[in-house]
Amino acid sequence: MRKDYNLEKRKYVIGGFIFVIVLIYIFRLVDLQILETKYKDSAESNAFLRKAIYPSRGIIYDRDGRLVVYNQPSYDIMLIPKDVQPFDTLDLCRTLGITKEALLERFADMRRKVGYSKYSPQTLMTHLAPEEYGRLQEKLYRFPGFYVQKRILRAYNYDVAGNVLGNIREVSQSDMEKDPYYTRGDYTGDLGVEKSYEKFLRGAKGVEVLMRDAHGKIQGRYEDGALDRPSIPGKDLTLSLDIELQQYAESLMVNKIGAVVAIEPATGEILCLVSSPTYKPSTMVGRQRGKSYAALIKDPYKPLFDRAIQGTYPPGSTFKPSQGLIFLQEGIIDLNTQYPCHHGYINGGLRVGCHAHGSPLPLLPALQTSCNAFFCWGFKNMIDKRSQFGSSAKAFEVWKTHLVELGYGYKLGVDLPNESRGFIPNAKFYNKVYGEDHWSGNTIISVSIGQGEILATPLQIANFCATIANRGYYITPHVVKSIKDTVYTDSTIVKHIPDIDRRHFEAVAEGMRMAVTGGTCRRAALPDIEVCGKTGTAQNPHGKDHSAFMGFAPYHDPKIAVCVYVENGGWGATYGVPIGSLVMEKYLKRTISPDRKPMEESMINSNSIIYSGVKKH
Amino acid sequence: MESKNTNPLRYIDWFTVALVLVLVCTGAVCIYAASYDFDHANIFSFEEFSGKQFLWIGLASVLGLTLLLIDPRFYETYAFPIYIAMLGLLVLTIFIAPNIKGSHSWIVLGPVSLQPAEFSKCATALALAKLFSAYNFTLSASRKNYVKALTIILLPVLLIFAQNETGSALIYFSLFFVLYREGMSGLVLLAALGAVVFFVVALKFAEPAMFTGVTQGQVAVFVMLMIIMVAMLAIYCKHMEGARNVLLWYAGTAVTALVLHYCGVTVNGMLYFIGVLAVACIYTLFLAFRGPVKKLIITAAAVVTGIVFLFSVNYVFENVLQPHQKQRILVSLGIEEDLKAAGYNVNQSKIAIGSGGLAGKGFLNGTQTKLKFVPEQHTDFIFCTIGEEYGLIGSATVLLLFLTLILRIISIAERQPSTFGRVYAYCVASYLILHLCINVGMVIGLCPVIGIPLPFFSYGGSSLWGFTILIFILLSIDARRREHPSS
Repeated sequence: MRKDYNLEKRKYVIGGFIFVIVLIYIFRLVDLQILETKYKDSAESNAFLRKAIYPSRGIIYDRDGRLVVYNQPSYDIMLIPKDVQPFDTLDLCRTLGITKEALLERFADMRRKVGYSKYSPQTLMTHLAPEEYGRLQEKLYRFPGFYVQKRILRAYNYDVAGNVLGNIREVSQSDMEKDPYYTRGDYTGDLGVEKSYEKFLRGAKGVEVLMRDAHGKIQGRYEDGALDRPSIPGKDLTLSLDIELQQYAESLMVNKIGAVVAIEPATGEILCLVSSPTYKPSTMVGRQRGKSYAALIKDPYKPLFDRAIQGTYPPGSTFKPSQGLIFLQEGIIDLNTQYPCHHGYINGGLRVGCHAHGSPLPLLPALQTSCNAFFCWGFKNMIDKRSQFGSSAKAFEVWKTHLVELGYGYKLGVDLPNESRGFIPNAKFYNKVYGEDHWSGNTIISVSIGQGEILATPLQIANFCATIANRGYYITPHVVKSIKDTVYTDSTIVKHIPDIDRRHFEAVAEGMRMAVTGGTCRRAALPDIEVCGKTGTAQNPHGKDHSAFMGFAPYHDPKIAVCVYVENGGWGATYGVPIGSLVMEKYLKRTISPDRKPMEESMINSNSIIYSGVKKH
Repeated sequence: MESKNTNPLRYIDWFTVALVLVLVCTGAVCIYAASYDFDHANIFSFEEFSGKQFLWIGLASVLGLTLLLIDPRFYETYAFPIYIAMLGLLVLTIFIAPNIKGSHSWIVLGPVSLQPAEFSKCATALALAKLFSAYNFTLSASRKNYVKALTIILLPVLLIFAQNETGSALIYFSLFFVLYREGMSGLVLLAALGAVVFFVVALKFAEPAMFTGVTQGQVAVFVMLMIIMVAMLAIYCKHMEGARNVLLWYAGTAVTALVLHYCGVTVNGMLYFIGVLAVACIYTLFLAFRGPVKKLIITAAAVVTGIVFLFSVNYVFENVLQPHQKQRILVSLGIEEDLKAAGYNVNQSKIAIGSGGLAGKGFLNGTQTKLKFVPEQHTDFIFCTIGEEYGLIGSATVLLLFLTLILRIISIAERQPSTFGRVYAYCVASYLILHLCINVGMVIGLCPVIGIPLPFFSYGGSSLWGFTILIFILLSIDARRREHPSS
C-alpha cells in the first residue's frame, strides 16, 4: 500500500487543533471558576432564600406598670416579581376584597417605588387583618411567587402621649443607607421613644435560610437550619410617665395651644409631657397612618410639633427666680437689699412697667408680687458693676454661665428626638447688635424679666423649677425609667449642680411659697399641701400674652415640679396657675378636692385657641 | 503475523477502553447528581435517569463485546449496504417520528426511543472509509472523487436537517477533517475558519466606524482581506514584487483618504475599501500574464469571495436563520444579554460552573444543578455538573481525558496499515472533536447553544450506543490490523 508521508504530517494539524481548543476552554474555565467571583454570589442568590423572621417589638409600660403600648399582628402580602407566574387575577381580588383596577394600581405603584427589583421581595399590600389573612393563606398555593409576611403593628391601651410614644413607620431609603440592619419593608420608630429607643425596642431579626429550585419552590431548609438564626425579641420599656396624669393633663389642655411638663425633682423622671394640640397615637397605625400623617402635617396648629421640648417661648416672670439666685450668688444683693418700684423701673429715660405693691421691697416680696422693677435694678447693678467684673460684657458672661448651669440655653439631653436648645444670648451677640462697649444693663434690661431675646422650652422651665425644688441640683430629665433585662447606663442622665449656694435656693423657694400664700398664684394653693409657684405673663408682640406657671409641691419634700405654658392664655394666673395646680393635686392626691372641681371644669371647657390667630380651614 | 490467534481481546487497545470506561462511569455519576432530588431514592433505581443510564451502560458493554467478536472485514464488505440502509431509516424517521420539541428524529419503540441520527454517524464513517479504500483512490486525483466523498457526507446531513435536528447534522461537517487528512487542500479549512471569523467580527462590531457607510466590523474584515491579499501574494504565490506594489497602493490610497477626511471631505468607507481591493484584484489578474497563473487567480478569487461573503453575512443572518438561532448566536457573541429566554440556559450554566471554584462543591452539593436551575442538565448541559461539583480540577481533568482519547485515536488511525482503518479512525476522532468543541463551548458560553450531547456523559441510550459502536468497531479493526494487512 502507498503511504503519503506528507499527508501523515497533517495529523499534527488536526491534533493541534483540538489541543488548542482544549487549552482555550481550560483558560475559559480558569476565568469562570477562579478569576470571576460574581457567579458564586449568583448561585447563592439563586438557591438560597433568606427569609427574615421578625421579632416582636418591645412593649411599653408606664411608671406604675400600666400597659400603654402593645403589639397586634398584621400581615403583608409580599411577592418576588421574578417568581410570579400567571395567576387568576380575579380570584386574588376576591380573596383580598379589592377591585381589579385597585390591584393593577398596586402593581404599578410597586414598580414605581425606588429600589424596585425583580429579584427581591416587594410589598404588594400591607396590614391585612387576620381574617383576610386567613382567607388568603388557604389559597396561597394558587399564586406562585406570593407569600405572606407577618408584621407587628402597635396598639394602645391609653390613646394619649402621641408626642412621647411616637409611632412606627416603614423604613425609607435613607434609613437603609444609614443602618444596614434595615431592609426594604422593615419598620422603624418615628418620633418619641419609638425613635429614640429604636435599638432596644426592635430586638434583632432572625433569618431562615431556605433552598428553592428554579421555579421558586421551597425545597427545604439549608443544612437542616444550621445557618438559621432565631430572632431576638425587643426589650420592654418602662416609662417614667404617669399615664393617667398624662391623660388628665391632656384633657385640661384641650382647646389650648401649649405644653405641660411635670418632673419628679429627685430623679429627673418626667411624669407628664403634654404638647397641645395633640393627636391620638392609634391614628398612626397600619394602613390609615399615611392619611393621618398627611393630615397632621397640614394641620395649621402643627400637632406633630412637640411644644413641650421643641417650642421655645419667652419664660416671662417664671425667669425671675433665676435672677434672684444669680444676684444672691454674685453678691449684687442680699436678702435685705431693697429696690424701689414706682409702678415700674424708671432709669435713664427707660421705663418698665409694674403693678401696685409696696415700695421699696427686698427679694422675697419681689418674688411674691412678681415685681419687675426689683429684677431690673438687680440686673442693671450687676451688668454695670465694673468694679467686680471689669466690663458689662464680662458681667453678662458670668450671668449667662449661671443660666446655662441652671439648664437654659442648651439642650437638656432629654431622651426624645428633636429637643430645642432655647436661647440665652452671650456678650458676643450684643456686641454684634449694638457694637462693642456700646451696651449696658439698661440696653438689654428686658432679659432680666424673661423677655427680650430669652427663649426657653417648657421642659427647661420645668427643669429649672425642679432645680429649685431640689434646692440646688437637677437630674437630666428623661421619660424612660428602665429597660427590661438591661442595666440602664445612659451616661447622659447625670446630676447637674449649678455653682449657686443651697441657701440661695432656700430663699427663692420661700419666695415662691409666699407667691402662693399671698401673692400672684394664690389660686395654686391646695388643701393640706404646701405649694410653691411662680406665675409668668410673657408679652407676645404677635397677639395676646402667653400664660405661664411653674411650681412644685410639697414645699419641704417636693414630689413634683411642673411647668404650664399656654399660648395666648393671657395672665399667668388665668391658665397657668389653675392647670399647674390641678396637675400637682392630681398627682399627689390622685383626686381633685370638691371645692376645686369648678376650677377643673372651667379649665377643661375653656378655649384659648381662638386667640392664636391661626385660621383653620 | 503468523499466529492465527482467534482471541481478538489479546490485541485490544486497552488504553482506549480504559479511557472510555472512565468517561462513561464519571458520566453516570454526574447524571445521578444532576437528576438528584431531595426525596430521591436510589442511584440504581430504573425510575431515575441514573438508573436507566446504568441499564444503557450495561447493554452498551454487551454491544461492545459483540462488536469485538465480529470480523471487521464484515464492516468493510457491507459498508455501503449498511450506509444505504441507514439512509433509508433516516428517511423513514422523518415520517414516522412523533414531534418532540419540534424535531422528528426519535423512533419510539414501546418504552424505548432511539435516534437514528446517532447511529448513521457510524454508517457514514464506514461508507467514507470504504470509498477511500478503493484501489488507487486518491481524493485529489479527480473532481469526481470529491463529489463522491461530499455526497456520502451530505446525504445524511440533508436528511437530518429535514428531521429538524440542526445540531446533529452539523456534526457531519467534522468529516472535512478526514478529507483534509486524505489530501484536500488546507485552504478549505482556512477558508472555513476565515468565514467563521468574518461572520463573528462583522456581526459583533456593528457600531458605525469613523468613515461613513461602514461599521467597525466591516472595516476590520476589509483590513483583514487587505492583509490576506498581501500575505497570499507573498507567501502563497511567492510574488514579492506584486505584494510590494499592492502594499504601496494600500498606503498611498490610505494617506489620500485620511488627508481628504481631515480636510473635511466626506470619504465613503464602503466605496473606498471596495475600490482599493478591486484595483488590487485587477492588478493581481494582470500579474497572472507573467506569474503563477493559478495561484494568482485563486488569490484574487479569495479576496472577491471574502467581499461577497461579507455582504451575505447580514443577508443570511436576517433572512435565512430562524429567530431562535439568531438569538442564540447574538447571545453567544455577547451582543445581546437575554437572561430570561435564549440566554437563560447559558447564564445559569455559567453560574453553575463559575460557582464551582477550584475544587468544586463536592458530590451532590451543587445547588445550581440539584435545584434544577440549568435546563437539560442531565443531557446537553451535563458539563455544568462537573464544573459545579468538581470545580476547575474536575472539569479540566475531563477535558484532558477527552483530549487524550482523541489524540490516542489519531495515533491509532496513523498506525493502521489499511486505508479503510485509517479513514474510519479519523472519522471517529473528527466526530469526537466537534462534539467536544460545540458541547463544552456552549456550556461555558463560547459557542451558540446547539443541542448536541457530550459523548459518553450525556444521558441517553442512543448517543451512548452510537459512540460505543463507533469506538468498538475501531477497536475491532485495530485489534486485527496485523491479520490482513492490506485490504
